Amino acid sequence: MNIFSVLNIISIYIVPCLILLALLFAYFRGVKVFETFVEGAKEGFGMSVRLIPFLVGMMVAIGLFRDSGAMELITGAIAPILSWFGIPSEILPLAFMRPVSGSSALAITAEIMNSHGPDSLLGRMASTMQGSTDTTLFVLTVYFGAVGIKKTRYALTVGLLADLAGILAAIFICNMVFG
Amino acid sequence: MVNLLWGFMIIAAILVAAINGKIEIITPIIFGSAEKAVAIAISLISIMAFWLGIMKIIEKSGFIHIIIFFLKPVAYWLFPGIPRNHRAMNAMLMNMSANLLGMGNAATPFGIKAMEEMQKLNKNPDTATDDMCTFLAINTASLTLIPTTVLAIRAATGAQNPTDIIGTTIIATLCSTTVAVLSDRCFRFYNRLKNKRVFSNNRNVNNSR
Repeated sequence: MNIFSVLNIISIYIVPCLILLALLFAYFRGVKVFETFVEGAKEGFGMSVRLIPFLVGMMVAIGLFRDSGAMELITGAIAPILSWFGIPSEILPLAFMRPVSGSSALAITAEIMNSHGPDSLLGRMASTMQGSTDTTLFVLTVYFGAVGIKKTRYALTVGLLADLAGILAAIFICNMVFG
Repeated sequence: MVNLLWGFMIIAAILVAAINGKIEIITPIIFGSAEKAVAIAISLISIMAFWLGIMKIIEKSGFIHIIIFFLKPVAYWLFPGIPRNHRAMNAMLMNMSANLLGMGNAATPFGIKAMEEMQKLNKNPDTATDDMCTFLAINTASLTLIPTTVLAIRAATGAQNPTDIIGTTIIATLCSTTVAVLSDRCFRFYNRLKNKRVFSNNRNVNNSR
């Protein structure tokens, strides 16, 4: 049994096991489980609906930026400078998309692995990049949107700085380990 | 920063489309994306309702104290403005546990719940508090031990050993989390200095009266 199948088993079992343990524990402590569940679940609707204006605003801007060719133009312009630092230009679209759109970033990652192979340096770099940061703009929109916060202060700056660090670290470490 | 980025993305998109002579693509993109946004929010209702229900059971039964035992010291240090037994702290600890274990779709409901509880402690409801910003910082950096989605793609595209990127991923995610926490602390410190200066200036004005 290799590590992957162990990890695979863990990730399949973890959610059902958590629910099982939580319910058994609740019975043991005499909690009325169904009533309590409904009481909590009720809050889900309002929270999700309140998100809509924030999500619409953000996803329209992202969709426009990506599909109009504006993003391509910008990545194309700075690619020569970055390749000078050992950053391959094929990885740039992913580096730009990762903080902005989770599903597009995933699509780019899959595309890189398809065309270059998952065991190539590029494939491993893309995997590391994809796994090491989250979609900053989505997290920001959803979390602040749910409670109606409009003044987000320095949160986006911190999130983007963290993304930059994660992306550079992924490139650097992969160049060292797999390069 | 949000205002700047949001406006920039839209303006750049329209200008680029106009220069390329395909301005007619703008309107369909707008309505397509808007529709997708609403679809995401609607599909979130089901996940949110389920996990918030489970969360209530976990909270009420006291099971939460077992789950959060190990993360407590870190969380208390990260969020000094949140009372230790507050609901917000519970939700944040659940969110952090879910993230670490790679349970992405469970982490979001707990995170939103945490924001809502923090909002109850907020004196200016339209402005983010320090603790909210810290919470966002660690979530955008997403400290994950098992990057499940990436492993799945690697296996699907025929990698020899799909897990060989776990080591590099953990190092990279540690880097981004460290930068997130440190830069967040810098902003906190800077704002405190600024507020102190405003406060002492006000006091001088009052004294001279």
